[in-house]
Amino acid sequence: MTEWKVTGKEFAKIPEKFMPGHRACAGCGPAIALRLVMKAARGPVIATNATGCMEVVSTIYPNTAWDVPWIHTAFETAAANAAGIESALKILRKKGRIKDEHIDVVAFAGDGGTFDIGFQALSGAVERGHDFLYVLYDNEAYMNTGIQRSGGTPHGAWTTTSPAGEVIPGKPQYKKPIADIMVAHEMPYVATASIGYWNDMVKKARKGMEINGPAFLHSFAPCPRGWRSETAQSVEISRLAVETCVFPLWEAECGEYKLSPKSKIIAMKPEKKKPVEVYLKTQRRFRHLFKPKNKHILDEIQNNVDRRWKKLLKACEIE
Amino acid sequence: MKMTKVEQKTIPLNGDEAVAYAVKQCDVDVVAAYPITPQTIIVEKFSEYVANGEVDTEFVCVESEHTAMTCSITAAATGARTFTATASAGLALMHEMLGVASGSRMPIVMSVVNRALSAPLNIHCDHADSMAQRDLGWIQMYAENSQEAYDSIIQAFKIAENLEVQLPIMVGIDGFVLSHTLENVTVLPDETVKKFVGIRQIPHVMNHRGEIVPFKLDPEKPLTLGPVALQDYYFEHKRQQEEAMKKALKVIKQVHNEYAKQSGRSYGNALVEAYRLEDAEIVTVCIGSTAGTIKTVVDDLREKGIKAGLLRLRTFRPVPVEDIISNLSGKKAVAVMDRSSSFGGNGGPIFIEIRHALYDVSDSPKVVNYIYGLGGRDTRPIMIESIYKDLQNIAKTGQIENKIQFVGLRE
Repeated sequence: MTEWKVTGKEFAKIPEKFMPGHRACAGCGPAIALRLVMKAARGPVIATNATGCMEVVSTIYPNTAWDVPWIHTAFETAAANAAGIESALKILRKKGRIKDEHIDVVAFAGDGGTFDIGFQALSGAVERGHDFLYVLYDNEAYMNTGIQRSGGTPHGAWTTTSPAGEVIPGKPQYKKPIADIMVAHEMPYVATASIGYWNDMVKKARKGMEINGPAFLHSFAPCPRGWRSETAQSVEISRLAVETCVFPLWEAECGEYKLSPKSKIIAMKPEKKKPVEVYLKTQRRFRHLFKPKNKHILDEIQNNVDRRWKKLLKACEIE
Repeated sequence: MKMTKVEQKTIPLNGDEAVAYAVKQCDVDVVAAYPITPQTIIVEKFSEYVANGEVDTEFVCVESEHTAMTCSITAAATGARTFTATASAGLALMHEMLGVASGSRMPIVMSVVNRALSAPLNIHCDHADSMAQRDLGWIQMYAENSQEAYDSIIQAFKIAENLEVQLPIMVGIDGFVLSHTLENVTVLPDETVKKFVGIRQIPHVMNHRGEIVPFKLDPEKPLTLGPVALQDYYFEHKRQQEEAMKKALKVIKQVHNEYAKQSGRSYGNALVEAYRLEDAEIVTVCIGSTAGTIKTVVDDLREKGIKAGLLRLRTFRPVPVEDIISNLSGKKAVAVMDRSSSFGGNGGPIFIEIRHALYDVSDSPKVVNYIYGLGGRDTRPIMIESIYKDLQNIAKTGQIENKIQFVGLRE
């Protein structure tokens, strides 16, 4: 497959499908992710959304921010929605009742709808091999409901259901390695992407749509409200996540891992890898970790990032 | 009624097979289903049709009933004719999505092979599963036998897809009693059924660009489906569902009569079936397969000169209120039979509807409730006879001793 190459100038000219006028907060990472992914579509496309921020801000009846056919059914159903749409398209095309040669199906869900409640439907749809792109916009908590922890919330983070208390300082557990779990499904395409690197993200989104069968795009997308971060810093924070290796960029085709350029630079020049603290400091959800008594948590986080980074390098056959 | 012009054949089918056979003939585009006893034979049979190339259908063997209903919703939203089947715990797992299906006005047809709900675990028939879904905006029909299951599934597509209705339909058949019992079922030729159901028609609505577009996911004419509707619009959506249910009463009859002309088979007036009711004084009301047993008992009682009758509801949602009133007002005593309980309620779900419908009638009969057959407990003619005996007493004395009773229970 030849890689889709697009300049910023060309990309700017592609008509928007996720339109301005939605009600997302200032600095919303997921809204950027959706806009980028939708612009990456190669032709006719149908989008579906799990219940969550992006559904709520974009489709308050009778208004809509979607200038493509779009459907929402429930919280845990993004992948199942896509499966139904794709199955219907297949048979209707066969029976000659729709004329489009191909229609891309893209499913969007947050971390709650992916790591947690929607995981079964996602796993099932991938196992059955439906042809769709699943985009996880990961803002690391149940943001639409008011910042509760999810399986995607990182270790030590404050949320309203993993509060930073005197006895328990934030979320005790680590983030579920969802993208690796998807790779373990031996599906055609899994990739991580960040709103900090638009070009990398749109290339991966396009690739996910072009590949036959299921594709999974794990998009890192900060939520200033939930992360207690500056609204103007969402893109910068997204880059720091990559530069600290908190969220490395890679793709895996049929289980074969490959580092993406931004992370590859760090792999080649380890001195470029920034300490995790510079990333954590940008968000007040981690501020309790900087109290002296919680120093060990910072160390644990750094150790875990290092451990996982090493594991990724091994998977990418970089020693 | 012998109006049929087409040549039909009679084949041995159990209830599940009868449903699968009907679906095979209806040119269904997508079937998304998960196996659960006693529905399993439907998906097994349909898998065979798919494996043998007997159907032009995309069959999605999903990982749960929740996904079965979700896939059905989005497939229907893409323009496909859609079918699924379930039972008991599977229907309960679908609960959330059932409301989405009806709220999104998706004309999905589903066969519910009625089975008890846990706990304790039980795989046999009662109506607790579908009765628990009664307020979710689905049309609910219940078949008496496998023949009616076959006929009703075919009718269901045409009712659900009617442009004035656009509501999902569940057709209930009694688990094991019908699902696993072989009957002679007379079937129409494939072509006749295909022509009868036709190609799915899709209504038109206005989209965000102000264009009139088909109500489906079409890249050329984008439409936002399943949005957020808050205080200022949600209520209006729900009101429209109520309106569609009202219209369904008329459409169910139309489709039934049209089908009767093709097949020669009809079931009362489509909404209710009155059995020896005209001069009856004591009447039972029921849904599903128990009607067959009751009819036998009614015949025996009639031989003895007892004016017994039966009113079988074929549709439970929408409730055929006018038919209930016209058939039951003026009777002396009525026993409503519920194969499910409403714990802590004032009687079973059918009882509540029947008694309520008769409240405003000047010559309202005495109405009592019998909960029966839970978890597949056999309901024998002797039990039905005892109910008619109770009704005779109530008719004679005008007194009700126990408004709600359990029949066939060890107490």
